[in-house]
Amino acid sequence: MAAATALDSLPAPLRSLRLKTKQQELLLRVSALALIYVLAFVVRLFSVLRYESMIHEFDPYFNYRTTLFLSDHGFSEFWNWFDFESWYPLGRVVGGTLFPGLMVTAALLHRLLRALSLAVHIREVCVLTAPFFAANTTLVAYAFGREIWDSGAGLVAAALIAVCPGYISRSVAGSYDNEGVAIFALLLTFYLFVRAVNTGSLAWSLASAFGYFYMVSAWGGYVFIINLLPLYVLVLLVTGRYSQRLYVAYNSTYVLGMLLAMQIRFVGFQHVQSGEHMAAMGVFFLLQVFFFLDWVKYLLNDAKLFKSFLRITLTCVITVGTLALGIGTASGYISPWTGRFYSLLDPTYAKDHIPIIASVSEHQPTAWSSFMFDFHILLFLFPAGLYFCFKRLSDATIFIVMYGLTSMYFAGVMVRLILVAAPAVCLISAIAASATIKNLTTLIRTKSKSPQTVSGKSSGSKAAAKGAVDQSLPFQQNVAIALLLGAFYLLSRYAVHCTWVTSEAYSSPSIVLAARGHNGGRVIFDDYREAYYWLRQNTPSDAKIMSWWDYGYQITAMGNRTVIVDNNTWNNTHIATVGRAMSSYEDEAYEIMQSLDVNYVLVVFGGVTGYSSDDINKFLWMVRIGGGVFPVIKEPDYLVNGEYRVDKGAAPKMLNCLMYKLCYYRFGELTTEYGKPPGYDRVRGVEIGNKDIKLEYLEEAFTTSNWIVRIYKVKPPKNRS
Amino acid sequence: MATPPPLRRVAALLLLLVAAASTPTARADLVVTRADRKVDLTSHIVRVLTSLKVENSGPEAVSQFLLAFPNVQAKNLAAIRAFGTEGKVKGPSMVLPIEVVQPSGVPPELTFFSASLSKPLEKGKTLHLDVLTVFTHSIQPFPEEITQAESQLVVYQDSAQYLSPYPVKVQTLSIRLPGGRVESYTKYPNTKLAESELKYGPYEDLPPFSYSPMVVHYENNNPFAVAKEVIREIEISHWGNVQITEHYNIAHGGAKLKGEFSRIDYQSRPYIRGVSSFRHLIARLPPRAHSIYYRDEIGNISTSHLWSDSKKTQLEVEPRFPLFGGWQTTFTIGYGLPLQDFVFNSDGQRFLNITFGSPVEEILIEKLIVKVVLPEGSKDIDISVPFPTKQEQEVKYSHLDISGRPVVVLEKLDVIPEHNLYFQVYYRFNNISLLREPMMLITGFFLLFMACIVYMRTDMSISKNSPSYLAKVQWDEVWSF
Repeated sequence: MAAATALDSLPAPLRSLRLKTKQQELLLRVSALALIYVLAFVVRLFSVLRYESMIHEFDPYFNYRTTLFLSDHGFSEFWNWFDFESWYPLGRVVGGTLFPGLMVTAALLHRLLRALSLAVHIREVCVLTAPFFAANTTLVAYAFGREIWDSGAGLVAAALIAVCPGYISRSVAGSYDNEGVAIFALLLTFYLFVRAVNTGSLAWSLASAFGYFYMVSAWGGYVFIINLLPLYVLVLLVTGRYSQRLYVAYNSTYVLGMLLAMQIRFVGFQHVQSGEHMAAMGVFFLLQVFFFLDWVKYLLNDAKLFKSFLRITLTCVITVGTLALGIGTASGYISPWTGRFYSLLDPTYAKDHIPIIASVSEHQPTAWSSFMFDFHILLFLFPAGLYFCFKRLSDATIFIVMYGLTSMYFAGVMVRLILVAAPAVCLISAIAASATIKNLTTLIRTKSKSPQTVSGKSSGSKAAAKGAVDQSLPFQQNVAIALLLGAFYLLSRYAVHCTWVTSEAYSSPSIVLAARGHNGGRVIFDDYREAYYWLRQNTPSDAKIMSWWDYGYQITAMGNRTVIVDNNTWNNTHIATVGRAMSSYEDEAYEIMQSLDVNYVLVVFGGVTGYSSDDINKFLWMVRIGGGVFPVIKEPDYLVNGEYRVDKGAAPKMLNCLMYKLCYYRFGELTTEYGKPPGYDRVRGVEIGNKDIKLEYLEEAFTTSNWIVRIYKVKPPKNRS
Repeated sequence: MATPPPLRRVAALLLLLVAAASTPTARADLVVTRADRKVDLTSHIVRVLTSLKVENSGPEAVSQFLLAFPNVQAKNLAAIRAFGTEGKVKGPSMVLPIEVVQPSGVPPELTFFSASLSKPLEKGKTLHLDVLTVFTHSIQPFPEEITQAESQLVVYQDSAQYLSPYPVKVQTLSIRLPGGRVESYTKYPNTKLAESELKYGPYEDLPPFSYSPMVVHYENNNPFAVAKEVIREIEISHWGNVQITEHYNIAHGGAKLKGEFSRIDYQSRPYIRGVSSFRHLIARLPPRAHSIYYRDEIGNISTSHLWSDSKKTQLEVEPRFPLFGGWQTTFTIGYGLPLQDFVFNSDGQRFLNITFGSPVEEILIEKLIVKVVLPEGSKDIDISVPFPTKQEQEVKYSHLDISGRPVVVLEKLDVIPEHNLYFQVYYRFNNISLLREPMMLITGFFLLFMACIVYMRTDMSISKNSPSYLAKVQWDEVWSF
């Protein structure tokens, strides 16, 4: 990364080769970029090397399943796919309720490889999609950095983003999720838009519109773009930076992007009908008014007359705009903001109103530690970069500053949005790093060449920030070298930290759990797949499985069985019904299960292994979500003095509800830890309160070898004899 | 105990049969002077070894010996092999060719096999004949559903007397059971159960087509591993590897599990609570097998063990879950073998010489499909298999293929370990073809780099005097200083 910036110091040895400076620079730049590209790809392969080439987590399993369907049945059938295997008995219109960008990308990549006669399985393509796009993102980051600062900053940005943990967390091999391609699309759209604004070229605007289209097809986060762009335009207008270039760029991007986005069924007409997209439309009209006024001003050539005209026009426009918005909202044509949008603007909103959003850990507000974890030195470089941006304000730097500040705010609201902030933080930090290093190297070089003449000049312009250094001339060079070494030390610490974080924290597939055994060897808990494969092989193919929604996607993808609810939490009532069944007594639950045609119930239980994200720990959310729809379920019934416990002191309803019974069935006979009584729960660290559990309407069908997944069969109704 | 339905049918049928056979047809005057049958019931595949001493008492030389089986048994017959030794001294035995025949005047309830003797048996001479017959699906679980803790009881039925179109002078039958409980068995005179061996006979001077049904109901907890389908793909690469990929679809063919499966019972005392289940299979791979993997549709399975020495490679695969009666699972095993161990040259031709069946021990494969993928460009393909199979050819496209690789597909039903015989696929392949794919890659990259060089070195702008072009030229000049 420092290759290009340090280039100026290199020519002496390189001059002997017969390359022109431009060629040397090109060679260095291309090879540095190529290395960064490879690095970005390779650093994400820890999970493949350590485990295997597999899909991770929850949502990626749905994406994988749909990609399989797409590559088997073709696009038209995929687009019209009605999935009977989820949300039984409702089903799900898959084609109309997903962002198809990821699946189409993977299917096309697969087809391309096939056309090149490389016989790879679609799974390998899916596993490597995210790293591949992450590598592509580095190229975009380079181009973007070059656009807003210079090619040195571009290279540093590419290198920083290649290993930035905030981005790696969602783009390791196997993490086959929308975000994997969406961050690429997001950054590409921004880059193309900034480029369009800088050049005023229609071609770049069109490219930006297509980038936007790809983003819309890939991820719901496109709402960020459609709100950030108008905000940016507004800021430029206010700061008096309006130009024809901006007019061309925004209008063509917006109109074409909107029309293209309407082709995605899941998005549909939201660009003209939803409150979240109205800002873009408002700014679009505002630009027209601005342009019109500009034109009138040019024609009138009379300041006084223009002022009155301006007043009339503005009044009219604001009235019409407000009226249109008011009527649209009142008549229901323009839908109000959704809960998810509110929860972004107001971090406490979800907690009070939408428990289903609040129950997801990645929707929690971000802790300082995770900022530090995901950004490391970038957190300090970021303000420095902002400083450099403000020092050299241009349309492009204003954009990156706005992107950085807004995304940092969102990153603070939700853990998962650190991802959106990562490219901005990398770019801004790259500006800081690149500019600092450049200044330092210039200082060293000029000093070594002609110490007398340059000293005065440098104190004036470039090294103004280091005025203190300049005062003491004899030490200037040494201090610059020391600072340079410090910068390199910090950057290398960053690289080390990123690698460590990737390897330790972000490369676990979470389907397969690994632990250290007594003798230091690795113990693998492959219970999830054991259970899902059992379901796949040994239950009737039309069996309906009830489980908490977290496992829905995995059951349909790996178990190939119908589920009642899954991770696409579109129907709160249905989820609440399952929550209610889990928190009722067995006979009541049996009635609910009968009404849903449930054949098997699956629970996840960590009491034997100490696996803490199990259903007992999630149980209060089930109660809350169930109680939100069915007031029969009351949270206090499951608590004792506001305390959640499973031991002898637990609430009687807790001890006899379905979830408790299914998790702890016959657990009371098992000794889990030496020196502890039987029935000792290793997650909660207590001896369970109800050891004599009898099941009347269900029977144990399968329990995995470490008890992590337990499957129960719902008995058919008794004969009425 | 109620008699299982198929058994009743057999009994009725055979009564008929004995009556019909009392009208002797023009048959050679052979006499079986001694017949000893040993039935091995220890696994779920029934192996019957019949040692016969045959004497020609007629005037003419005989060149055929007939073996008879009731149809119900014959349809489960997976393999039959006969070895003949002439004279009294145990000399080198000859494998006799066997074919199905339909002699005239025999009841249709019987299936006949004819063993052709290597040379006609002269008058008064004797012949030692060893017949190995292997039956599948002949052991029925009874009761058909058991709980997790129960042992699996099975029923086997046969005739206490040797069914033969020839009179039999002396005969015995001994049945080896796996040990454990014997629930019941048919008692005839001279029946004896000692340890785990059930003995019938000796019986003397029985007429042709003698048949007396016998049933034994006993405990058998050995793994009833039945593969519904196995696809075995053998891919030859002349770069030095024979890659084998085997897809298994395995079920426990014994008594079905009823009621619940309790993990705590199973894990505390697996050999009592879960005695009828099996949790692993052993595959004996050829020596020097490498790059072994074991996975299924949803990923790698981490429970397997491997031992290897210079003679063999032993792989123990444990499915994701123990298999109880009626449960099934699928998985894939893959491994590479050194090319020089299995592919040979003979006068310009190459041939693959490898075993047919699956390396997994004591497994019954209901349908085995063996695919031999030859390298791209192979021709003059010829197959030699020691038993009848259904043969087809298809084409497979793999990495960097243009015309595709020729694939020989062999299909056989009811394959048992006895079918693990070597078979050969002959083909011609030119070594030059090996270089085709590397050359393709080299050419491809060469063209790519050439295109890059050309792009970098040529001036592609249309207008030579537009401001942007001039600015670019100027910029280039600045850089070149």
